[in-house]
Amino acid sequence: MPSQPTLTGDATDPTGTTGGTSGPRGLSARDRDRPARGPVRPGTLVKIALMAVVNALGVFGVLAAWREGHMGILASMVALVVVADWVYFSKRTLPLKYILPGLAFLLVYQVYVVGYTGWVAFTNYGDGHNSTKEQAVEALLLQNERRVEGSPTYPLTVVDRGGALGFAIVEDGEAMVGTADDPLSEVPDATVDDDRVTEVPGATVLSRQDILRRQSEVTSLRVPVSDDPNDGWVRTQDARTGFLATPTLQWDPEADTMTDVTTGTVYEATSDGSFRSDDGQRLNVGWRVMVGLDNFRTAFGDERYAQPFVKILVWTFAFAILSVVSTFLLGLFLAITFNDTRVRGRKIYRTLLIFPYAIPGFLAALLWSGMLNRSYGFINQVLLGGAAVPWLTDPWLAKLSVLGVNLWLGFPYMFLICTGALQSLPGDVLEAAKVDGASAWRTWRSVTLPLLLVATSPLLISSFAFNFNNFTLIYMLTGGGPRFADASVPLGHTDILISMVYSVSGLDGTAAKNYGLASALSIVIFLIVATISAITFKRTKQFEEIS
Amino acid sequence: MVTTDVTASSSTAPGPDEHRMPRRRWLAELGWRHLVGVVAVVYALFPIVYVISASLSEGGTLTGSNQLFAQVSTSNYEALGGTLFWTWLGNSLQIAIATGVGTVLMGAAAAYAFSRFRFTGRRVGLTSLLIIQMFPQMLAFVAVFLLLIALGNVVPALGLNSKLALIAVYLGGALGVNTFLMYGFFNTIPRELDEAAKIDGATHAQTYWTIILRLVTPILAVVALLSFISTFGEFIIARLVLQSERNWTVAVGLYGWVSALLEANWGLFAAGAVISALPVLVLFLFLQKYIVGGLTAGAVKG
Repeated sequence: MPSQPTLTGDATDPTGTTGGTSGPRGLSARDRDRPARGPVRPGTLVKIALMAVVNALGVFGVLAAWREGHMGILASMVALVVVADWVYFSKRTLPLKYILPGLAFLLVYQVYVVGYTGWVAFTNYGDGHNSTKEQAVEALLLQNERRVEGSPTYPLTVVDRGGALGFAIVEDGEAMVGTADDPLSEVPDATVDDDRVTEVPGATVLSRQDILRRQSEVTSLRVPVSDDPNDGWVRTQDARTGFLATPTLQWDPEADTMTDVTTGTVYEATSDGSFRSDDGQRLNVGWRVMVGLDNFRTAFGDERYAQPFVKILVWTFAFAILSVVSTFLLGLFLAITFNDTRVRGRKIYRTLLIFPYAIPGFLAALLWSGMLNRSYGFINQVLLGGAAVPWLTDPWLAKLSVLGVNLWLGFPYMFLICTGALQSLPGDVLEAAKVDGASAWRTWRSVTLPLLLVATSPLLISSFAFNFNNFTLIYMLTGGGPRFADASVPLGHTDILISMVYSVSGLDGTAAKNYGLASALSIVIFLIVATISAITFKRTKQFEEIS
Repeated sequence: MVTTDVTASSSTAPGPDEHRMPRRRWLAELGWRHLVGVVAVVYALFPIVYVISASLSEGGTLTGSNQLFAQVSTSNYEALGGTLFWTWLGNSLQIAIATGVGTVLMGAAAAYAFSRFRFTGRRVGLTSLLIIQMFPQMLAFVAVFLLLIALGNVVPALGLNSKLALIAVYLGGALGVNTFLMYGFFNTIPRELDEAAKIDGATHAQTYWTIILRLVTPILAVVALLSFISTFGEFIIARLVLQSERNWTVAVGLYGWVSALLEANWGLFAAGAVISALPVLVLFLFLQKYIVGGLTAGAVKG
């Protein structure tokens, strides 16, 4: 793999295990076959120690994944450990030795996550559609249970089998044992005393104290009667007698229907991942299915979302563009002001002007949210002499406030980069303009500004992309509010797309979780940002740097 | 960055200098610049002065903080001891430092490989990095959350409510954002140096650790700092991942104070804000010239 001729032989690993022993310097074959010359390098020891740790952690992870039955994670862990061993113990993988650590993190926490976002965007994942169909059926049957009237009770013993709680009952003189995951089955060699199981091979009978300690576990335990969940399960309330409970819903795998046995209503499985009756009623637990472009249709077409979405999209662009323009103009103006070597104390001015930029963004936003408070804030109370201007609660003023705070936060950055750009302008060009008799204004318009824009435009565009997703500022300052009056979803006038995604996802607890729609909106943002970035890259020819 | 002579920089508001220039001309050419400068400095600093004053006010309420420096008391700072603030600050520093160090180590190693070795997949690798960095990790927070739920079932230390998991998530963004910044810088170090070291019998690892890394220290400092600063202020993923109060970072904790009871917690918040701004501020002022260099190379504060 490494095609670099000069680096083959001793090119092995970043910790430097093999010395300059082999290859191009014409050593004899015997020399080369010797494993190491002289004492073992400390690097080798470090490498072996590190790889031992990696392998140990890997084995631990693999075992844990096996125990949880999580095959996807298991496969990834095996792959990571195998690749790591191959890379660091083979001599043919030099570049990978340097790239692998970062690459592993990148693959798991960025590439996979982005891909997963893409997948979720096409599903109905969220509240009510959280899991697979089998799990949804199971949850529905459990939720809708009732005690079978007139059914017999069983003498019951609580047992612990391999760490899992279970019941041992006696039915028609036969001892049966089961746990939550393992249906009741006959255990012929269990000891039955006075019509009650007292001993079970391979399991311990819980004492009265143990039962009291684990009371809630015992009373919520359901031990299925058979593999068919429709048959019901054994439960207990006093840990001494068990009763049979059956679901009021009857699951028919062949017809793919749920039947409510009390009312006779039939719920059919639909393609959107839930059970629906003929009169349009739905059972409250559904499952995850692919819904195609539905989430995108909701974002653009459903009136609950579409109207706020368009408003928020427009405001996101306005916010990002106005932020860049306002900070750039102020920063440029200040840069020009101090770009005169005759001004005394420039260094002090500059240092003081950087301060807002050195304050972490979240602190600044929180600070301003207090200062702009309508009733008690510094701006209203002191600067405006007790006025009650609704800075953060009026739709337009809130937008103005967001822009104002972002101007305060962002102008020092623009000031810095404009200063840098002005100082690196080629002197001869300016000289030439002077010699040609151009006025100061003309020089500025036709020479300085264009050169300045060329130098700063990539930064302006990345600043745009940054502000496009400036979640912290919006969330900390206004929380997206004031809320839209007409919308049923928790969105507001200063929400930008990324904060809309956050609200829609429901992860902050203000709305029902809707991972599918949130991911679809993420994809929309990604497409916008990627388009803009792609244009930038083309302009700045960054791709051509790769040679 | 700036070449001002020492004597000139020591005074901020010099009087008109009649020896060199008549007063009218001074006003027209330089005086207005000082006027603008003073206005800009006031604009830039008054919120900072305000928060310092609020942190020193006795009552600790929003209303009570409006009179600047009416009282000077350390009661708010003392009250921080009764909260989880110091735990949060410790968490933030741990997470930000670990992320900063990890980012530098992994980013520099990858940049070295891309800059010095020629291997199959190199161009594809660089191009993919460029494309991947367009997708901010923050955008995929839903998927990050779901991934951590799954991982947490298997290895709790990598799941929700673990600082280690949060660091791992942040490190996932390390390569995409920083490799290019570093790659460009590595390319400016002449290859002859590597070759000379090689001829002297150094392994590639020795070359990397003892020669190249020393020469690229400025870019390492920039990347470590920017990574530290953006991690310190990161909110959205930290909020999702760190669920129990003891594990919160400063950003999550202070947001909790302000969003819950703005009026009553204001003094506490102000004191906490002053303290948590200090590490970043100090780094910034001392390493100004590195940061400015890094900024113009294309990084944006988070």
